[in-house]
Amino acid sequence: MTKSIMIVGVGGQGTLLASRLIGRVLVNKGLDVKLSEVHGMSQRGGSVVTYVKYGDKVYSPIVDKGEADFILSFEAVEGARYLEMLSKTGTLITNTAEIYPITVITGAMTYPENPTQKLSEICSVKAVDALSLAREAGSEKAVNVVLMGVLSRFMPEIEQASWLEAIEALVKPKFIELNKKAFLLGREA
Amino acid sequence: MKELMLGNKAIARGLYEAGVKYISSYPGTPSTEITEEAAEFSEMYAEWAPNEKVALESALGASLAGARSFTAMKHVGLNVAADPLFTSAYTGVNGGVVICVADDPAMHSSQNEQDSRHYARAAKLPMLEPSDSGECLAFTRLAYEISEKFDTPVLLRTCTRVAHSQSLVELGPRQEKPLNEYVKNPAKYVMNPGFGFKRHFAVEDRLKELARFSETSPMNRAEINDTSIGFVCAGSCYEYVKEAFPSASVFKVGMSFPMPIESIRAFASRVEKLYVVEELDGVFENELRAAGIRVDGGKDIFGFIGELSQSRVAEAMGLAPKETARFEEPVPARPPVMCAGCPHRGVFYVLSKLKLTVLGDIGCYTLGASAPLSAVDSVVCMGASVSMLHGFNTVRPEGANKAVAVIGDSTFLHSGITALTDIAYNRSISTVLILDNSITGMTGHQQNPATGYTLRMQAVPPVSLEKVCEAVGIRRVRSVDPGDLKALEACIKEELQADEPSVIICRRPCMLLKYVKPKPALKVDTAACRACRSCMRLGCPAIRFESGKAVIDATQCVGCGLCAQTCAFGAIKEA
Repeated sequence: MTKSIMIVGVGGQGTLLASRLIGRVLVNKGLDVKLSEVHGMSQRGGSVVTYVKYGDKVYSPIVDKGEADFILSFEAVEGARYLEMLSKTGTLITNTAEIYPITVITGAMTYPENPTQKLSEICSVKAVDALSLAREAGSEKAVNVVLMGVLSRFMPEIEQASWLEAIEALVKPKFIELNKKAFLLGREA
Repeated sequence: MKELMLGNKAIARGLYEAGVKYISSYPGTPSTEITEEAAEFSEMYAEWAPNEKVALESALGASLAGARSFTAMKHVGLNVAADPLFTSAYTGVNGGVVICVADDPAMHSSQNEQDSRHYARAAKLPMLEPSDSGECLAFTRLAYEISEKFDTPVLLRTCTRVAHSQSLVELGPRQEKPLNEYVKNPAKYVMNPGFGFKRHFAVEDRLKELARFSETSPMNRAEINDTSIGFVCAGSCYEYVKEAFPSASVFKVGMSFPMPIESIRAFASRVEKLYVVEELDGVFENELRAAGIRVDGGKDIFGFIGELSQSRVAEAMGLAPKETARFEEPVPARPPVMCAGCPHRGVFYVLSKLKLTVLGDIGCYTLGASAPLSAVDSVVCMGASVSMLHGFNTVRPEGANKAVAVIGDSTFLHSGITALTDIAYNRSISTVLILDNSITGMTGHQQNPATGYTLRMQAVPPVSLEKVCEAVGIRRVRSVDPGDLKALEACIKEELQADEPSVIICRRPCMLLKYVKPKPALKVDTAACRACRSCMRLGCPAIRFESGKAVIDATQCVGCGLCAQTCAFGAIKEA
């Protein structure tokens, strides 16, 4: 059985690090894992997507319509953008922070009101103010690891120590403690 | 121990294990990381070349000298390198040569969706197509064996979903390959008409041998399961087919040129219906049909455009789409934007304000085409801004004071110099803006000959853009800080009025460079703000309107000060 996680956010929010951390804990669990990323143009403040798939044997590296067991959304409206990817039994884990795209800033389009509230009427939603928790941990940039902490609660098959090991292995030494704190704040949120 | 690895990194690992000595590339999404990762191995020489043609030619030189050599590029990069590519098929190799070409179906970061498989056929070079990172490593090693056994360069084709996906790979040791002996052999390497014509016979004979090899290569294999449906596919399409139809029979193509036609004919005879699943063009389908193999579905159901996926394959085959939840309201589009503090913003603000015709080019500054700046009139390929301006102005000389070209530092060195030479030589009254942000930005910060550093961060004398422009015959060469809107506007107006060709170098480093330190965020004095929205015309992601007044997002603002310069009421200040 293959499981699918979709990580969505805004270019520059650190979605790539999150997918690599998740990938590492799954590999250490002995599972087949594939990650898919998009680099280049879309990274400049655009909507970005990475996929994580795992199981006994994974073929396609991408997550398709109705397949995601989890969508981890780094921004309030990005989860809505990719909602059709969520499986009927899937859960949307979302940051409540709103980042206006340029189309809203220029007035060409409008940003939906209370997107998190509306999403929770359509699907299973776990909403977290990850920005505040990241600030509490010591840096706004730790939003990605806070959200990974939230996700970790939904993956009981992975032990806490394994997540912390991945942080130690993939994060620069001077940011390890900050990120561990951010992870645990998310895990308890 | 297996390791989770990016496809591009796995190719770099394959180069290391294959004993490759020489790597030269120009960055291009989705191929860039191969060369960056290869540079981590001290056993291999690795460099950024000014463009793909130079990169491939230098790799051919290293091969002539006896080394296993390599170059990687994106699909459109192979257009630039096509000239040496075609004739390298005639010369063959001394040390093995592998050319990786990374296609970008769905155009995640490209200007077209061209299908590089046509190049293998047109240049008569073998092509391998890995499906995942494990095959990226293994096929890279195999490619060198094929290259040296058959005396030919080999094309290794990936796509975004292979290059930028991570999957498990098994690592092996490096096998050192001493340089092959270099023996002067004009009949093989001097491609004048006399020698070259004879080499064409060698090319055609080699293709026949490669076709026989393809029939027996384990890279091509039939997976016989349920025989009611059989699929023929390669690369990422294999993964989509296996996921959508796990119990179907599949012919996995790993060596995609020459195709193993007879093996596929045998496979076709064992399945009731045969479908060819391939992204972009119907290359496999056409060859199978030409060989008289019955194809029950191909481009007619899967289409020519964009990426495939497991559900696109399933739905094209008639399966019902999965039920999904939907968010009923429209979600605002989130296109990429120039970063807060981007040195290109001021340039496009002024060009837009002056209502100029702007011939654009390839790089972060392509974003100058997006609203609200909407300043760019054309983007075709690397270097085309300068040459298109020359053509534009030559037939509309009366409009030459209303048109400019914009080109980045790396793109100018890639293929803008020859175009500028055309302007200087044939005297069109053209004004070219070189946007020198001291880095190759869009592909993720690669060094280039104007930055003064190599791929491995060795300090070298930087190319002087001013001197290059002067040397090709431009007498009016100026530089200006695009962070000073008044000075920039005055400079552009003056050069547009000049009655000879001119170059303006807009010089300010990319805001994302480590040595560029952000300044404190600016603040709007709401009492002074008259809601004129002048600052909004910058398209800065850090400025928005709230309750009828401009607001600056302190988490995004880097204090570049452009918005303060656009405000006629002095409402934007240092906090």
